Amino acid sequence: MNDFLFGIYPYIALAIFLFGSLVRFEREQYSWKSESTQLIRRGQLRLGSYLFHIGILMVFVGHLGGLLTPLALWDALGVSHGVKQMIAMVAGGVFGSMALVGLALMIYRRVSDARLRAMTTWRDKLTLGWIGVTLLLGLSTILVSRDHLDGHMMTLFMAWAQHIVTCRPDAAALVADAPMVFKLHMLMGMTLFVIFPFTRLVHVWSGFGTASYLLRAWQVVRPRQ
Amino acid sequence: MKIRAQVAMVLNLDKCIGCHTCSVTCKNVWTSRDGVEYAWFNNVETKPGIGYPKEWQNQKKWRGGWQRLPSGKLEPRQGGKLRILASLFANPHLPEIDDYYEPFTFDYAHLQNAPESKTPPTAQPVSVLTGKIMDKINWGPNWEDDLGGEFAARSKDALFEGIQKDIHATFENTFMMYLPRLCEHCLNPACVASCPSGSVYKREDDGIVLVDQDKCRGWRMCISGCPYKKIFYNWQSGKAEKCTFCYPRIEGGQPTVCSESCVGRIRYLGVMLYDADRIADAASMADEKDLYQSQMDLFLDPHSPEVQAEALKQGIPQSWLDAAVRSPVYKMAMQWKIAFPLHPEYRTLPMVWYVPPLSPIQSAAERGVLGKNGILPDVKELRIPVRYLANLLTAGDEAPVLNALDRMLAMRAWMRQKSVHGTENQDVLDQVGLTAAEVNEMYQLMAIANYEDRFVIPGSHKEMVEDSFNEKGACGFTFGNGCSGGVSPQGLFGQRAKGIVHRIDLPVSRKQAEVE
Repeated sequence: MNDFLFGIYPYIALAIFLFGSLVRFEREQYSWKSESTQLIRRGQLRLGSYLFHIGILMVFVGHLGGLLTPLALWDALGVSHGVKQMIAMVAGGVFGSMALVGLALMIYRRVSDARLRAMTTWRDKLTLGWIGVTLLLGLSTILVSRDHLDGHMMTLFMAWAQHIVTCRPDAAALVADAPMVFKLHMLMGMTLFVIFPFTRLVHVWSGFGTASYLLRAWQVVRPRQ
Repeated sequence: MKIRAQVAMVLNLDKCIGCHTCSVTCKNVWTSRDGVEYAWFNNVETKPGIGYPKEWQNQKKWRGGWQRLPSGKLEPRQGGKLRILASLFANPHLPEIDDYYEPFTFDYAHLQNAPESKTPPTAQPVSVLTGKIMDKINWGPNWEDDLGGEFAARSKDALFEGIQKDIHATFENTFMMYLPRLCEHCLNPACVASCPSGSVYKREDDGIVLVDQDKCRGWRMCISGCPYKKIFYNWQSGKAEKCTFCYPRIEGGQPTVCSESCVGRIRYLGVMLYDADRIADAASMADEKDLYQSQMDLFLDPHSPEVQAEALKQGIPQSWLDAAVRSPVYKMAMQWKIAFPLHPEYRTLPMVWYVPPLSPIQSAAERGVLGKNGILPDVKELRIPVRYLANLLTAGDEAPVLNALDRMLAMRAWMRQKSVHGTENQDVLDQVGLTAAEVNEMYQLMAIANYEDRFVIPGSHKEMVEDSFNEKGACGFTFGNGCSGGVSPQGLFGQRAKGIVHRIDLPVSRKQAEVE
């Protein structure tokens, strides 16, 4: 079971995430959007949305950089494992809490307003709920991590992630003994990528895509077609 | 010189009777769908008034259009590119739906299904957003129709800039006019510039500004970018939608629905040729009052053989050049100078222009005689303050508006004398610098307003880019789904089923009543 969940499931999740996004972009681009509800009621959106998005983006970048940067590089830079774990805990704690507060504000906004309640679909609830639980689990790992500050556990997760992305076998064995809260967080996180192509989460791709806006001219003119 | 052509519009406000036929026909064709119930691609406002959405002309509040930086460059008033990207999470200048109005329908079924009662049943308003009964409708698309509401509220109208507006609060000094509005299909559109995903674009061949519905991601920066607030957010589809200038009709050589159905025959459609290379310069004039002239300088004379030769060389079809020569828009805007752009100070170089309205002579009733400016009545004594019209059409510069009003009065005086006394009063024309031939043509186009004179639309030349033989059989009886999106109520990715889903079958209160 552990082999499946942490050795095979990551590939299934990644495949659904990438191919699902590709298929949706290719076949159903009209459905590809951020699904903003700002027009209907602004409410706490401004504060909530900024807190959530900045928090979650930093958490994402932190996970990406923290897990996938080779350990040798950290060693070469002279950053000890304990220090790196501390950085991860503090940064993750701060940005994770930001995201959580933002998310709570946005959920409150949806629930407290009759118009937004009527508009909210089960996909919205699934997305917000899933991110919320994943965030809570992620933040509670910090409490567990306090008990072992030597960075050993963290290096195991780094090795696991790097084994996965480089397609090396036996990745699952590396995290077999990890505490349950970590495993749950990882499963929830991986599954977030599974639901990604089927929800409004696809707008994350486009968010990064807007960088091309900086390079284009102000005006867009299309020739006869 | 990069020559481009555009189908532009002129609205003769002097003849608008405020009947809303344009708005209603437009709505029936384009926005009678879920998510855009509140959107009116065409609406008619009574001025003075704050309009739709509320106070749309107040750019201190909405930050639409362009601003000129000290360097002389333009950037959207809502901010540069980085600022716009930083606003994606929550757009600080996006109107709320209540700034338009809460869309509603009525519980009509109750009129038929209500149980027997002593009082007649009523159809209560039902919010389309929540599906619940609304206590009261507080605002609508046309709440200020014919000066509805108190002056204090209406006087927030931004056009009162530079006018002692309190004078116009009294009944004796009140005035009103109608302003039909649609997308301006600008030469320098701020909505296009504000779109982070590049989904809003201007068509090179006819100048129509459209939203690529597939590429739109719902970032909603275009909605705050447009100073006319004529891009709308479809809250069901999550996409921006706007006036399409009825492009399928224009491509077929037909007028837009609003123009076709106009009872007062106030709308004109015609081709304008312009130099696309000079757009940025024309929009960047230091003094706002120069923008009207700088936009006119962009337009090319379709009669000029050099322009025609160069346009043909650049791929503009001959039929478009012929249409440009006959263009009613060119005549009214460029030759007679009686049509003006809407709010040139927004620096968008709009392409829907307006002929200012005449109005009764203010002091005539008081003094028993009309003030005279030479032979003509003095237009400064018109009931609608000239400054008010100038704030609308020429960034506050009164001279061009006065000239246009004078010319329209001269046309009336000339025709009156001609048809009543059978004489031609050359003095009246000399005073406004028109020839008899010109004024006769003006009369023909503006008063008689024959269909084929009002609408000179050359039709698109699809054969230049597509092989219509291949379009045959592309949709209909095919090997698979044909044009169908499937039979599931909701697709794999949450896309809606095709067609309209009626959100409100029954109001909640009546559902409960039925259960009991």
